[in-house]
Amino acid sequence: MIIVIDYKAGNLTSVLKALRHEGAEPVVTDSDLALVESAERIVLPGVGHFQATERLDATGLTGAIRAAIARGVPFLGICVGMQWLFAGSTEAPEQPGLGQFAEQCTRFAEGQEKVPHVGWNSLEVQPGSRLLSGVEAGEHVYFTHSYKAPVSADTAAVTHYIEPFAAAVEHGNVMGVQFHPEKSGATGLKILSNFLAWQAKGAAC
Amino acid sequence: MLTKRIIACLDVHAGRVVKGVQFVDLVDAGDPATQAARHAREGADEIVLLDITATHEGRATLLDTVRRTAKELFVPFCVGGGIRTADDAAQVFEAGADKVSINSAALANPALIDAIGRSFGAQAVVVAIDARRDPEASDPVRDAQVFVSGGRKPAGRRVVEWARVAEQRGAGEILLPSMDSDGTRAGFDCELTAAVSEAVGIPVIASGGAGTVAHFADVFGRGKADAALAASIFHFGISSARSLKEELAQAGVPVRLPC
Repeated sequence: MIIVIDYKAGNLTSVLKALRHEGAEPVVTDSDLALVESAERIVLPGVGHFQATERLDATGLTGAIRAAIARGVPFLGICVGMQWLFAGSTEAPEQPGLGQFAEQCTRFAEGQEKVPHVGWNSLEVQPGSRLLSGVEAGEHVYFTHSYKAPVSADTAAVTHYIEPFAAAVEHGNVMGVQFHPEKSGATGLKILSNFLAWQAKGAAC
Repeated sequence: MLTKRIIACLDVHAGRVVKGVQFVDLVDAGDPATQAARHAREGADEIVLLDITATHEGRATLLDTVRRTAKELFVPFCVGGGIRTADDAAQVFEAGADKVSINSAALANPALIDAIGRSFGAQAVVVAIDARRDPEASDPVRDAQVFVSGGRKPAGRRVVEWARVAEQRGAGEILLPSMDSDGTRAGFDCELTAAVSEAVGIPVIASGGAGTVAHFADVFGRGKADAALAASIFHFGISSARSLKEELAQAGVPVRLPC
C-alpha cells in the first residue's frame, strides 16, 4: 500500500491525482501509525512553511516514518517534504528535520533575482540516479520555493537559480524532490512512475 | 536556467470556453477540459481558467468544470473569477486547482490574501490587478490606477502600491491585466509591467495586448515579466504555445520547449 502523509500543509489533490494516473492507489493518513507501519511506499508532499512539519512530531508520524525508512520502505519527499529529510531549515530553526541528510536548508540569497524561485527550470541529473532514470539533460520541471537544500554527495539532480542547489536527493530508499513532479508534465509523471517501480536492489520483482 | 512562462488563459462562461471583446459578442471556443489539455500538450507552462460569469448560481457548474479540467492536467492550474471567501477558494482547490486568482474580493478584504495563504500556502494565491494608466498624472505609469468591475470603476488605489501590499500580505504572484492594452493586439504594457515587477519580489504575470511573438519577447525583456498570459492568440488554432515558444527560443528568450 502506498501511503501519502497529510500534515495539513497545502492541498493533496494534485499529488493523489498524479499517483493514480501512474497506476497507484494511494491512501491518505494524518495520524494512523499502524498504516505507516504496513506501508509499502510513503510519499510526503507539502508546500508552505517548514514549521508545518512539527505536526509530524506531534502525531508520532516522525518516528513511524523513521522506522519505515529503516525497514527499507521507499520514501519520497516533495518540496517541504524533501527539505524535512535534512537536519533542518533556517525557515524554522527550532524545528528539527528527520536528519537523513546532515545538511541544513537555507533561503536563497536576496539580490538581483526574485525569491521565491517560481517556474520551470532544468535538471542536471547526476549519474546513477534511479529516481530520475530516463530524464534527459535539460528536461524542465516546475518549482515554487524560497528555501533550498545544498548540493552534496546525495544530490541526484542539480538546478541553477542564484546558485546551484539540490533539485533532488537520493540515498538508497530515501528520495526527495524540491520540484513538483505532479505539476511537471510528462517529465514529472515519469519520475513518479520511477518511484512507484523502485525496488531494493536484489529484491525479487 | 529558469524559463519564462507562457500561460494559456481560458475564459469560461456556463461551462464553455468563450472568446469575445469586452465580454460582448461571445463566441464558443470549445470545452475547457479539451482546450486545457491541448494547450498543455502544445507546451503551455500553466493554465488559467477565468470564470467570467462568476454568479452564485454558476458556482456548481464552475466546480464541475474545474474538476473535469484538472483531471488530466499535470501542469500548474489556476482558477479565478467569483472567489470571494476562503471557503470559495477551498472548494476550488478541492476540485483540483493549484492556485486561485483573486481580484475585487482582495481589494474589498485584503485579509483574504492572508487567509488563503495560511491554509494553502502563498504559492497558491495569485492577486490579479486590473490596471489602467492615469493619463492625468505627471507619471501615468507610476500612478497607474487599479480598476474593478471589469475595468469600469476605479478602486482608488495605485497599482504599484497595491501590488506591494498584496505581496506583504502573502500573495505568491501578481497577475497584471492592462485595461489599456486588453484586446488591442498591439503589445503588452511593458512600462507598467516593469514598474510593478521592479516594485515586488514575487513573479509578475503580464496580461493584455498579445498579438505577435515579438510582443512576448518585448514584455519578457523590457517589461521584466516573469510570465505572460495569452488568450485570444491561441484560440481557433491561430498560434500554438509550441510555435510561440520555438520563435521565442530563436529570439534568445529562455523557454521550456515541449517534447
